[in-house]
Amino acid sequence: MTTRIFGSGIRRREDPRLITGQASYTDDIKLTGMVHAAILRSPHAHARITSINTDAAKGASGVLAVYTGADIEGVLNPIPCAWAIPDSDLKAVAYPAIASDIVRYVGDAVAVVVAENRYQAEDALELIEVDYQPLPATINPERALDDGAPQLHEDAPNNQAFHWVAAGGDTDAAFADAAVTVSETIHQQKLIPNPMETRSAIASWSPAMGELTIWNTTQNPHIARFVTCLVTGIGEHKIRVIAPEVGGGFGAKIAVYPWEMIAAFCSMQLGVPVKWTETRSENYIATTHGRDHVEYVEMAANADGKVTAVRSVVYAGMGAYLSTAAPGIPTILHGLMYSGPYDIANIKADVYGVFTNSTPVEAYRGAGRPEATFLLERLMDKVGEAVGIDAVEVRRRNLIEPFDNNRDVAIGITYDSGNYSAALDQLLGHIGYDQFRHDQTHEREHGTFRGIGIACYCEICGLGPSQVAGAVGFGGGLWESATVRIYATGKVNVFIGTSPHGQGEETTFAQIVADEIGVDVDDVEVIHGDTDTTPMGWGTYGSRTTVVGGAAVALTMRKLRDKARVIAAHLLEADEADIEYADGQFFVRGAPDSAQSIQDIALQANVAWNLPEGIEPGMEASTYYDPPNFSYPFGAHAAIVSIDPDNGHITLDRYVAVDDCGPQINPMIVEGQVHGGVVQGAGQALWEGAVYDDNGQLLTGTMMDYAIPRAHLVPDIEVHSTVTPSPHNPLGVKGIGETGTIASTAAIYSAVMDALKPIGVTSLDMPLTPEKVWRAIQESGYTGNGHGHSHGNGHGHDHGHGHNH
Amino acid sequence: MFAAEFEYRKAGSIADAVRLLSENPDAKLLAGGHSLIPLMRFRLARPEMLIDIGGIDGLRGITVAGDHINIGALTTHGEIANSAEVQQANGLLAEAAGGIGDPAVRNRGTIGGNLAHADPASDWATVLTALGANVSVQGPSGSRTIAAGDFVEDAFTTGLAENELITTVTVPVLAANQRAEYAKMAHPASFYAVVGGAVVVTMDGDRCTAASVAVGGLTPRPVKAAAVEQSLAGTTLTMDSIADATSRLGEDISAAGVDIIGDVFASADFRSKVAPVEVKHALLHAIGLAHH
Amino acid sequence: MPNKVPITVSVNGRSHTAEVEPRTLLVHFLRETLNLTGTKVGCDTSQCGACVVRMNGVTVKSCTAFAVQADGAEVTTIEGVAQNGNLSAVQEAFWNNHGLQCGFCTAGMIMSVTEIIERNPNPSADEVRAGLEGNMCRCTGYNNIVKAALAAAAAQQGG
Repeated sequence: MTTRIFGSGIRRREDPRLITGQASYTDDIKLTGMVHAAILRSPHAHARITSINTDAAKGASGVLAVYTGADIEGVLNPIPCAWAIPDSDLKAVAYPAIASDIVRYVGDAVAVVVAENRYQAEDALELIEVDYQPLPATINPERALDDGAPQLHEDAPNNQAFHWVAAGGDTDAAFADAAVTVSETIHQQKLIPNPMETRSAIASWSPAMGELTIWNTTQNPHIARFVTCLVTGIGEHKIRVIAPEVGGGFGAKIAVYPWEMIAAFCSMQLGVPVKWTETRSENYIATTHGRDHVEYVEMAANADGKVTAVRSVVYAGMGAYLSTAAPGIPTILHGLMYSGPYDIANIKADVYGVFTNSTPVEAYRGAGRPEATFLLERLMDKVGEAVGIDAVEVRRRNLIEPFDNNRDVAIGITYDSGNYSAALDQLLGHIGYDQFRHDQTHEREHGTFRGIGIACYCEICGLGPSQVAGAVGFGGGLWESATVRIYATGKVNVFIGTSPHGQGEETTFAQIVADEIGVDVDDVEVIHGDTDTTPMGWGTYGSRTTVVGGAAVALTMRKLRDKARVIAAHLLEADEADIEYADGQFFVRGAPDSAQSIQDIALQANVAWNLPEGIEPGMEASTYYDPPNFSYPFGAHAAIVSIDPDNGHITLDRYVAVDDCGPQINPMIVEGQVHGGVVQGAGQALWEGAVYDDNGQLLTGTMMDYAIPRAHLVPDIEVHSTVTPSPHNPLGVKGIGETGTIASTAAIYSAVMDALKPIGVTSLDMPLTPEKVWRAIQESGYTGNGHGHSHGNGHGHDHGHGHNH
Repeated sequence: MFAAEFEYRKAGSIADAVRLLSENPDAKLLAGGHSLIPLMRFRLARPEMLIDIGGIDGLRGITVAGDHINIGALTTHGEIANSAEVQQANGLLAEAAGGIGDPAVRNRGTIGGNLAHADPASDWATVLTALGANVSVQGPSGSRTIAAGDFVEDAFTTGLAENELITTVTVPVLAANQRAEYAKMAHPASFYAVVGGAVVVTMDGDRCTAASVAVGGLTPRPVKAAAVEQSLAGTTLTMDSIADATSRLGEDISAAGVDIIGDVFASADFRSKVAPVEVKHALLHAIGLAHH
Repeated sequence: MPNKVPITVSVNGRSHTAEVEPRTLLVHFLRETLNLTGTKVGCDTSQCGACVVRMNGVTVKSCTAFAVQADGAEVTTIEGVAQNGNLSAVQEAFWNNHGLQCGFCTAGMIMSVTEIIERNPNPSADEVRAGLEGNMCRCTGYNNIVKAALAAAAAQQGG
């Protein structure tokens, strides 16, 4: 018996080009006559431009042109925001590609130089003279709403971008009646996504044809084309966007940025291809950030720990302008997830979107859902403490009972399927929860700071359906399409609208095809990322590619199988109803020896010498799939940490994840998604954070300052799963791209608080740097355990021989 | 991030390098480039000329001669870390070298370049100060030797004259009764020392007869901790005596009259409070009390 | 305007002579002059390791070296790792163990892992992690990179 290809952890089909250096990312591409753009960026967070002199730069060696905001006026429309959340008084402020009067964040474009090479372009930037009249800046999203705060946009009074409320049940009554209420103030610090490939674009304008081609490091080329059309005024049919190899996105490559529009402008002015590639330091100010919430959150519960209500007031920083999808993140993707995996009857999310003088905020892996999980898990821990029950027990008392087809939650959405306690049970076994608690009791007597944190989560992903997208103000659809073509030789091309950039769908989609129609997986090639050659799709984000795009592929294969069955019946001179299909073979029931293979049939279909009446030639089909609902993966994660009380250093000792994304097409790829997601979430808990001074200067502006997780700082991530199919799509699958990040920040943070529990520390701001932890320990009055020290936390510890980190 | 233009010269010998330096006051020496090139990419440094000393073989290599180890200025951190001779003669030297940057950085970055750059967060200055190393430099009028503890004068400032270059770093071989250790709190992004403490203790049984202690990372230049050393000398080293001794580090830092560095990762106050902890950790590791 | 400097560099076994501006970084020489774009630029501060190549037998961050410093050197880039179309044990292990996702860090990772197991043919997971401290990956959480390195070491031991 052969192993089913769906479900096999086969090695990835995209890897050969990636492990040999043969893949082409945008900056690897050279076009004939190509020149290079460099963007002059505001060094001020808020200032009025009083004059710009580009004369010297224009005369510099190799310089072809210098453009400022005045040059693009009337040529490039402002960059639009694409998610106008309803009933929120949203202020769609203008975001000019190049600022001409006011700059609103460090990184706002002021001018662009085009030169023969990038060294010359950068040389010329230094020769542009700009006079600024600095204006006061506002950075904190809560403070920016205050009376008297510096104002960013005339048409957004008090810097309020929107105010959005979602509620279910009667939250006020539940709090009034509660036996226990707990509250927390949470700072979801601003994060810098840091895909390893910075952003880059090449714009090439054909004056004769009036056609614009942009090679663009994007997660969603079709959306990029759509928005490019709005900004440049070029017809959508005359724009081609190509996402070549893309080196990670994590949300930072969803937005359509001013920068590629500037490259397009330059190419249209000069008639030659123009490349712009940002440096890492430029990426830190010019590519979107994530999170940036100030949250006041509360939970109400009965005396036995049954939660009755949760509510929040959230101030979500938007940065200086509204990025493409920004308003939907702290609202639709955050506020609507306040039930998490729990049965909570009364829920209210009260969210303010606020302009600040900082880099615009966008989706960042998890986008809204890590924040929702974090606040629920924080409050759940506090409810447990308040009523005197263990962290696991309080969760058990609140988890939604298992269900396999639709469960409404109070906030007004419907979960697809879930078995939350099964994931938690499995987790507790793997981590050895009871043993840990037992050991911990003894360790605490000896002054050892070790803690365990549990995070249960349920998240919303697989974004569609389109009708809901429209209802929540998303400026597009959320369906996906696939076209599959089986050639006369039996080889298969799959053309998809989504645009994977590391997630491995060239492999998993080939597995779907192979599974559905019995061809060898190596006979399938998946084509993506080019608006000229692929059917429409809304992009790769929100863990939607496999759930929505994969479903489109599967349904297409089923159409082709139906067509093949008709042709097989004709060739076998049998009735269609008598044709059976198994493993790529079509045969008359009971006579498998005289079968027609899918390859035989594909040949017949393509040559069309002998087709049944009414059957069109070719073996090709397309599907436009709009899912009936979102998908709701879930799971339970646990972290164990140790803390050195002498210097506040945290070591992440163990991490165990149990996730449920339904049936797994390729378990190796699923695990890889979880590994990466978990470590990214660990980054938020322990190391990462964009820090600004009061003037809006980014103090963590390079990779030397902004700490990304490194190999020696993280343990092996132990990954397990449960399988609960989604009833909402033909494969039963749920998204897995973001679950790690959604759970791990909360789990690790909770573990640190658990470690610090004996000395009464209950809350610290992230990232949990040694100084914050050390200071909390000092302020608790802790004076040690009599020995006055604690050492040897093992792997990743700062002290020791050879590797002093 | 591309460097501004500069003129490039290759020095064929030490004398050649000294001559080029003397003739070109705006020139800088290029060795491994790991301090200089990032600064140039940000255009925080824009020398008119770089004198590449990378090809001068006389500046390279490790030799153990009697009770001293001579390390050529161009020797990389990696070569020091991986040298069996160094590991044998002075384990601290190898260990400290192996904790600088990352493997690829250690393969290029040089001990001379690191010292000449004088970043306050550098490990070498602290470790070499504690070890009582000497830095030999060559100028137009000949060579001279500067004690490692005096070499760094302030942040990014050394006792090197503009037309001098470092030729050799000379480090004592550790005696059989000496234990040495370096402990640092590393910045999680840059790996530079937020606080680093280096110790060399001479032991008679479990009694310390002499101690050399230096801290860096938190100060513009390494601070030799005389009060801590005095407390350790003549004392039986225990958890308590070590804690007592390291608690005097503040006196040494005050006496040095230097500012404490602070940044968004670690404030000056925090650094000054954990500096004794790092010294304590180094001492505990040195005498094998760390894992009890 | 400073003169260009002639250099001769052997890259992947082939000698290249070129005139370069002294400020040209080695990584740009490889990518722009020689069109060997497998080596990536991921940062500007020597942190990320996407640009790691082997130079005279050791790993080097090619964004923190001027091309003129490579004059006379032997350089191996990711394009030169597979021999006669045969993947190296490290490349093979990255593929088999899903040691990459977006692939952008992969060239540098493969260079660094190759050096790790050359220096220590039987490393522990912690030793691999320590050896990778100068290579960032944002996709994999390093899990499968470590696994790949251990598998490559085992394969070489076995072979």
